[in-house]
Parts: sequence; structure tokens; C-alpha cells
Amino acid sequence: MSSSASSMPASSGFLAWYRKSALRRILRRSSGAIGLSILFVMIAMAVLAPVLAPHDPNAQSLLMRLKPPAFAGGTWKHILGTDHLGRDLLSRVMYGARISLFIGFTTSLIACVIGTIVGIVAGFYPGMIRSVLMRIVDVFLAIPYILFAVAVVGALGAGITNLILVLACTRWVQFARIVYGQTLSVREKEYVEAARVRGNSQLRILAAHILPNVSTPVIVVMTLEFAFMIIMESALTFLGLGVSPSTPTWGWMLAEGKDYMSIAWWLSVVPGVAIVATVLGINLFGDALRDTLDPRLKL
Amino acid sequence: MISYLAKRLLQALLVLLGVMTLVFFLLHLSGDPTQLLLPMDASAEERAAFRLRMGFNDPLPVQYLRFAYDVITGNLGFSYRHSEPAVYMVLDHLPATFQLTGSALLIATCLAVPIGVIAAVKRGSALDSIAMGFALLGQAMPVYWLGLMLILLFSVQLQWLPSGGRSGLETLILPAITLAVFSMARIARLTRSGMLDVLSQDYIRTARAVGIRTRTVIFKFGLRNAAIPLVTVIGLEFGVLLGGAVITETIFAWPGVGRLAVDSIFARDYPVVQAVVLVLASIFVLINITIDVLYTYMDPRIREGGGVK
Repeated sequence: MSSSASSMPASSGFLAWYRKSALRRILRRSSGAIGLSILFVMIAMAVLAPVLAPHDPNAQSLLMRLKPPAFAGGTWKHILGTDHLGRDLLSRVMYGARISLFIGFTTSLIACVIGTIVGIVAGFYPGMIRSVLMRIVDVFLAIPYILFAVAVVGALGAGITNLILVLACTRWVQFARIVYGQTLSVREKEYVEAARVRGNSQLRILAAHILPNVSTPVIVVMTLEFAFMIIMESALTFLGLGVSPSTPTWGWMLAEGKDYMSIAWWLSVVPGVAIVATVLGINLFGDALRDTLDPRLKL
Repeated sequence: MISYLAKRLLQALLVLLGVMTLVFFLLHLSGDPTQLLLPMDASAEERAAFRLRMGFNDPLPVQYLRFAYDVITGNLGFSYRHSEPAVYMVLDHLPATFQLTGSALLIATCLAVPIGVIAAVKRGSALDSIAMGFALLGQAMPVYWLGLMLILLFSVQLQWLPSGGRSGLETLILPAITLAVFSMARIARLTRSGMLDVLSQDYIRTARAVGIRTRTVIFKFGLRNAAIPLVTVIGLEFGVLLGGAVITETIFAWPGVGRLAVDSIFARDYPVVQAVVLVLASIFVLINITIDVLYTYMDPRIREGGGVK
């Protein structure tokens, strides 16, 4: 190992980093390689949608309504076919990826930050603070999350901002629960005791000793929640309680396609395949990540 | 045991109190509760009169105590759409939801546990890979999309089964399968990993070495021990399914509480939404207690120790 590393030219900083990185170990698992590839394609599609999309996702055409995909007797001009307003399905799927990935990422990140803070604080400070925080966690765990999301959106109104708030507020407990358990075990470790004896401040102990040691499960839960949030976003949008119908989203495409199910199956199939592929990709990556970082972790 | 149960009940009450507070908070989050509790076209005078009658001008703590009193005495508001107490409407729709979630859980358990056991016993075989591949796919599939696909295949193309409604067994099949798939994937994966854990224990190796039949080892020594955490998961899954039923019921026009909640939101009949949340959360908490008690009953190690977790 060391001999091959020393024979590498010094300029190949990336290669040297890659050899030692977790990324390499993730990619060596087939689930990691497949998952990351799918995720990469989806992200590329989302970022480059304005360049890659063959048509304007909102351009309507009466003449080109309900055309089937190219492989099912349609034209190559609209590879995945068109919807009831003649809009190009492939372009809409590409633009839809932007919303799904954006909302999935921001919501899981917000949930992660809230949940991690609550979990660490509850795990680190016994007594009153812990009891209060963990009872709040219990309350959120007791409410069926889809119903809760539906009720909140019903009270506040639909829209991207409310949707993000609602999803983050319903799922932060997933992080809090796991971080709490981890913090409880970490705070008893000798190195934390040693840091305390050395006179480090509590904040420093939290940031420098506890946080790094609870980060592995947090990262793994984050990938799982990322995938979950994409499903939730599309489901709420499908019900008409999420992103506004004027934006191309996978959930709303399915809602519209539902009415044309008997004459245009592709409207119900294509956006769904996009969701399943994305979620599957993230889950595969998450599985590989967990097996690489900590195989004993059970989530 | 008794003191443990009392402690759990007290905890559950606290949780329900929290849920109630959250619901109260939601109602006031939008600023003006009359916007949620009255029809959209209510006039300013009607709103003012309603506000006065319901006491929305009082200080918040006073309102909270009144709300708490109402909830505890079972008065969960009044549906103006159907002019009947919201709690009655929820109770009317509960049997349909229980029927759907119960069937889904039954399907999921009956299929997933054997699949998980086989996958664990034949670890690394083609059978294992296929089963786990399907489990992964099942977990990646949005419930509502699976529902749409089943309707597309069995109702639109083959015309074997109706696409919605609730009239007899044939309307139950598609929604129950739809709802079952997600849980099935989870239960199968957990059964597999639980069985793998148990099968690698020393006592299993001993049992095998002593020459006890493989079938006995797998089911009597293996599954019995793996089943203990599974009971928890399956029980929790019932709660998850109750929530998941919101979407499934909407797609299949199944007249349960989930569809009632979604319909009520679009009709801006907020008291009903509120009642659904409170009732389902109570059921969920009750299920959790039942599981905990069952768990202690099944595992003597915990019974002796006097507590879970």
C-alpha cells in the first residue's frame, strides 16, 4: 500500500485522497456504485435542466397532446411523450428533479440540525431539560406524520415554504431519537471524562468530543430521510397540498396524469419511475454508506 | 409490573396532553382561528360574533384551558359542513380505516415473515438476493404511485377489480395490497436481519451440533427468539399504516378517517381535521402501550428487570 502510494506523482492529490477515502470504499460496494450513479444522474439532470431539456417544460401545444413515448409508437421529438396540454414529459421530469432534490435536501438538512441539537442537549444534560425535550419528542412520534403534515398544510396553506417547514417539523424527531441514544453512550466514555477533568467548557466538550462521535448515525439517517422527504413531498403535492401546480413537479404530474389513466398510461408511469429511481438510488447509497462507516449500526 | 404499567400510562397521558397542546397551537398559528373554523365566505360580522361566542377574544391561557376541558370531555368541535359533532364523524369512519389497515398488516406479516426467514436461512442465495431486491424496491415506491399502478393494471387494463369505493371484498383487495407493500418490505428486511443475528448465536450452533432437526432449530429456537423484537416492529407498523392510510384512502376513495381528513381540509372543515388528529394520536399511543406490555410479557428477561429500554 505505502510503496504504491509513494510511486504516485506528487501532483495527483485527488488520487491520493481517493485511495484513502470512504468514497472509494463506498464505490467498491455494488449498492454504493449503483446508488451513487443514479444520484449523480439525477443531480446532473436537475442542475443542467435548462441546458438538457429538449423543450420548455411549460410550453403547451394543442396539436401535440397525449403523444405516447418514442418507444411506444410516439415521435423522437418527444422521447417520453406529452401530457394532456401537449407539454413535453421528459423536460417536465428534468425540471421536476430540481424541486424534488431541492426540497428533499433542505428539509432533511433542517430536520437534521434541529434533531441533532435536541438529541445532543437531551442526552448531555440530565434532569429537567432532558425530561422536557424527550417528552416533546414522544409527542411528535405519537402523531401520524402524514396526517400531521396534512393538518399543518391545511392550517397554513400550501406552498414550497410551508411544505419545507412542515416536513422538517414532522421528521426532526427521527434524528433526535438516534442522536439522544448515541449521546447517552458517548458521554460516559473516558475521553469525555478526560476532557471534563482537563477543564474544557461544556460547549467545547459538546462540539469537539460528542458531536463528532454521533455524526455517523446522523449521516446515515440523513440519507434515509432525504429519500423519505422526496416521497413525502411528491405525496403531498399529489394530494394538492404541496408545491403549486404551476411548477413542474413529479407529484403534480402524477395527479394530473391520474385523470387520463385509461387513454395515456405514460402520464402515470413516467414521473413515478423517476421518483422510484431517485429514492432507490439514495437508499442504495445510504445502505453502502452505513455498511462502510459502521456495519454494526442498525437503523 | 403494575407500577411499570402505571408509569407507562402516566407517560401516555403526558404525550396526549402534548398532542392536544400542539393541535391548539396549530389552530392559532395562522393568527385568526375563525379563518379555519368558519366557511371562507363568512362575513366580518359573522366572524366577530363567532369569535365572541367561542371566546377567541379571551387571553390565550384561558382559551387553552377551555380547549383542554372540551377535549377531555370529548367535545372535539363541530363540523359545519355536516352540522354534526366532529368526533362522531371520525368514529363513523374509523371501522373502514381499521378494516383497511388491519388487512394490510395481515397481508404484510403473513408474506414478509416467511420471506425474511427464508432469506436469512438461505443467506447469499439467489432467493435471498431476489427477496431483498424486491424489499428495496418496495421501500423506494411511494404508496400512492403503487396504488395508481395497481389501478392502471387491474382496473383499467385487465378490468378485474374496481378502482375505488367500499362494497365487499373486491374493493378491499387493491387498497390493502397497496398499503401492505411498504410495511412488507420493512418487516421482511427486519425479519431477515433478526434471524441472522439469532442464527449466529452459540445456542443455535449447539442445537445443531446435538443433532436437533434443522426445522426445529430454525422455527423453535430461531424464529421464537427473533420474533420478540418483531412484535414491536409489527405493532409500530400498525401505527405507521394508520397514517399511511391517509393517502391510500384518498386514491381508492375508501371512506375512512384519512380520506375524511383530506376532504375536510379541502372543504375547510377544520374541526374535523383536528378531531382526526386527536383520535388517531390517541389510538397510536394506546397501541404503543399495548406493545410495551406484550413485549414485557413475551420476554422474561425484561419482565424480571422491570422496564423496557
